[in-house]
Amino acid sequence: MQRAIKVTVNGKEYEREVEPRMLLVHFLREELGLTGTHIGCETTVCGACTVMLEGHTVKSCTVLAVQANGKNLETIESVASDGDLHPIQEGFWNEHGLQCGFCTPGMIMSVKQLLGDNPNPSRDEIRHAIEGNLCRCTGYQHIVKSVESAAKAMVQE
Amino acid sequence: MIAASFDYSAPETLADALRVLSDDPEAKILAGGQSLIPIMKLRLSIPSQVVDLGGIIDLHAIAEEEGIIRIGSMTTHEQVEHSELLSEKCPLLVAAASGIGDVQVRNRGTIGGSVAHADPAADYPAALQALDAKVKVVSSAGEKIIPIDEFIVDALTTALEPDEIITEIHVPTESTGIGTAYETIVQPASGYAIVGVAARIGLSEGNISFARVGITGVGSKAYRALAVEKALEGQPAKDDTYGIASRVAAEGVEALEDLHASSEYRAHLATVFTCRAIAAAAGRAQ
Repeated sequence: MQRAIKVTVNGKEYEREVEPRMLLVHFLREELGLTGTHIGCETTVCGACTVMLEGHTVKSCTVLAVQANGKNLETIESVASDGDLHPIQEGFWNEHGLQCGFCTPGMIMSVKQLLGDNPNPSRDEIRHAIEGNLCRCTGYQHIVKSVESAAKAMVQE
Repeated sequence: MIAASFDYSAPETLADALRVLSDDPEAKILAGGQSLIPIMKLRLSIPSQVVDLGGIIDLHAIAEEEGIIRIGSMTTHEQVEHSELLSEKCPLLVAAASGIGDVQVRNRGTIGGSVAHADPAADYPAALQALDAKVKVVSSAGEKIIPIDEFIVDALTTALEPDEIITEIHVPTESTGIGTAYETIVQPASGYAIVGVAARIGLSEGNISFARVGITGVGSKAYRALAVEKALEGQPAKDDTYGIASRVAAEGVEALEDLHASSEYRAHLATVFTCRAIAAAAGRAQ
């Protein structure tokens, strides 16, 4: 049985008919073609599928698309504007915050929420904020540095 | 991983939600979905219908009335973690909430959902037991207030009937002279407690006048460590007392065994973390 849903993703409204069992991450990738949000573990662990739902980060493999009906979503595709990287993306670029890049979209969405709530986080606060995002390459040191660099750049802006 | 097909409704009132439940005994309530969606993806749960409570605004409030704080069942862990009212008047619940899962899970998961799921390693049940919390459930027949000890029956099993919905969790406003603490060791990948101990200690003239200890992760369900409480009450508030009382933290409990901790090690951790939680709580009571 299909259900009609209406969602706003990155400022654009979409209406689609979906099965209630369709996961939000599949909706974003397959229905809307927004493949920047990655599927890692699909078991609520790795955080690669992190997006913002009504301004809060969620793991989109553990939300049904129908639960987003009428809601506002932001994905990694909304972060850069007109080809200019966001300061968080610049931070990851400058400080080597990624190697394979698979976790990066989810990592950046989590960092976006952190720096929105707390513009000047300590190292502990950064680690606490990204505890739901697993990276298998960097050992996290560079990611923490990337966040510090982004925070500094954003405060100066 | 895709769940089996199900029908879906998102009622806007509690009455509408209750009607769906009484019409369809195979329907399942969806709160934050952080436990239900994973088990549906694994097809351990195959409900005919999912009733999403996300649209019922009444279930989100945190309010204090006559010494009782009423927490709406759809209150997220994030909302508990950042509630000023709870930080001031029920810090134990804030401590338990802030350790659940990770940021994204706390943004979605709800207190009502956690209690209804009754995972043996969930953080909330131990804290709620130490708080003598009560669970308010509503059905089309009326409402009931159930003490948390009676509500949680066993692993993943509660006293909630298929036609009932949890609407509120009631916790007491903490009175002066009482200190609380939640001490836990977690499985780092999942964030679930291997052992979690909530302690609520009252002091009077250097002696322990009141003790509540709730332990999660050790047995098939969270439990009140009654033997520990008994060993504490009336005794002087000092490290020796805590150490001796903690020895019976897992007494009479068949400690779980999995790849993260053997049964023996879990029972040992229960003793260690009970001692730490009691000492921390007593420190805050002074």
